[in-house]
Amino acid sequence: MIALIDYGVGNLRSVEKAFESLGHAIKVTSDPAEIAAADKVILPGVGAFGAAEKTLRARGLEQVALDAAHSGKPFLGICVGMQLLFDTSEEMGEHPGLGLIPGRVQRFPDSPGIKIPQIGWNALSFPKASPLMAGLEPGAMVYFVHSFYCAPEDPSVVAAQTEFTLTYCSAVSVGNIFGVQFHPEKSGKVGLQILDNFARL
Amino acid sequence: MKVMLTRRIIPCLDIKEGRVVKGVNFLGLRDAGDPVELAARYDAQGADELVFLDITASSDKRSLIFELASRVAEQVFIPFTVGGGITCVDDVRRMVATGADKVSINSAALKNPDLIREASERFGSQCIVVAIDPKKTGNTKSGWEVHSHGGRTPTGIDALEWAEKVAKLGAGEILLTSMDADGMKTGYDLPLTRAVSELVPIPVIASGGAGTPQHLVDAVTEGRADAVLLASMLHYGEYTVGQLKDYLAENGVAVRKL
Repeated sequence: MIALIDYGVGNLRSVEKAFESLGHAIKVTSDPAEIAAADKVILPGVGAFGAAEKTLRARGLEQVALDAAHSGKPFLGICVGMQLLFDTSEEMGEHPGLGLIPGRVQRFPDSPGIKIPQIGWNALSFPKASPLMAGLEPGAMVYFVHSFYCAPEDPSVVAAQTEFTLTYCSAVSVGNIFGVQFHPEKSGKVGLQILDNFARL
Repeated sequence: MKVMLTRRIIPCLDIKEGRVVKGVNFLGLRDAGDPVELAARYDAQGADELVFLDITASSDKRSLIFELASRVAEQVFIPFTVGGGITCVDDVRRMVATGADKVSINSAALKNPDLIREASERFGSQCIVVAIDPKKTGNTKSGWEVHSHGGRTPTGIDALEWAEKVAKLGAGEILLTSMDADGMKTGYDLPLTRAVSELVPIPVIASGGAGTPQHLVDAVTEGRADAVLLASMLHYGEYTVGQLKDYLAENGVAVRKL
């Protein structure tokens, strides 16, 4: 069973529906015991990093998420959930994240003619093989909505890259810990493939 | 591999009492099919997003749109926006809870601009689309006057000033429908689209007037639109999304191909 951590932010229903359509059991839960008992854990997130982190902590789920990530079971952060894997974010002041992956979350640099947030479909390229991206061709397109991106200290954690004002890290994979900046649950067949890959880890 | 963000093709489904309808200049409605069936078809054709606009007149039938959003969310795994009749933050919450990714706000934002700020603070800007329906009347500074209530009510508000204001209040995108061009199939209102797109720092979805594939190219090149909304070109089987994307790609516009 996959536990989808419910800490009161974002649309969990579409992630839930996507796994259900693939035939994988998933439970939306804020119960620490259920999260601890799950085979795999997903940390979702939308909106501002600071607010998401604060809510996660206020609901007593920060430690639960950390424990799950340290337990060795597959752990996936989606969108702001990926950003939360990092040390800090500069969105609306400095905010600490879970510190599972060394690095910072920073704003896209302003660039003439480029509108931020990035909203829409953009391509992935794969600097290394990751089980999360199995079966995908370079150039596969996924749906993004974000103004901030993750900048890992160690380039070897980068599982996918995307071009938007610069080449940035759009997915990470380190051992049992995975993160995707895009919304796989809204990325059609490519996204469903990624979620299926995660469920089958 | 250097690919930048692609331009989006967004089929729009006007919904009246649970069915897709299509009008000309906001009037004269014609039945165009079952919404979930059409949504699934456009997803399969490679649509980048979907927009559902509820134009149901009576509030007692309004709840049908929530049921519809929930059905769409079960079958379609691309982003979708629902608009029409959203009047308060709780409507936004309810719509998001059914599975909609974004809500489109129009008349209620004109009545109470603070709704944009409240809703975007609570759900994130990415969730809040403000729909603007301008018509060239000459009654405002730019000449384009915002209309509310499905185009029926002139507001005296200048379209460019309003676009700038909604972006400042936290709107994530602007859905810009030219009332003059809507349903005419003579092309998007390029001067209007370009004026708004160059003015605001958020994406602009061009809407109203698409009749040929070249109109879509014009909207993103001359009009500087980030996305194009279209209805009748698709609803009656004249074109598929895939055909339109092929045409855009041949004309140098980056699109997502299936």
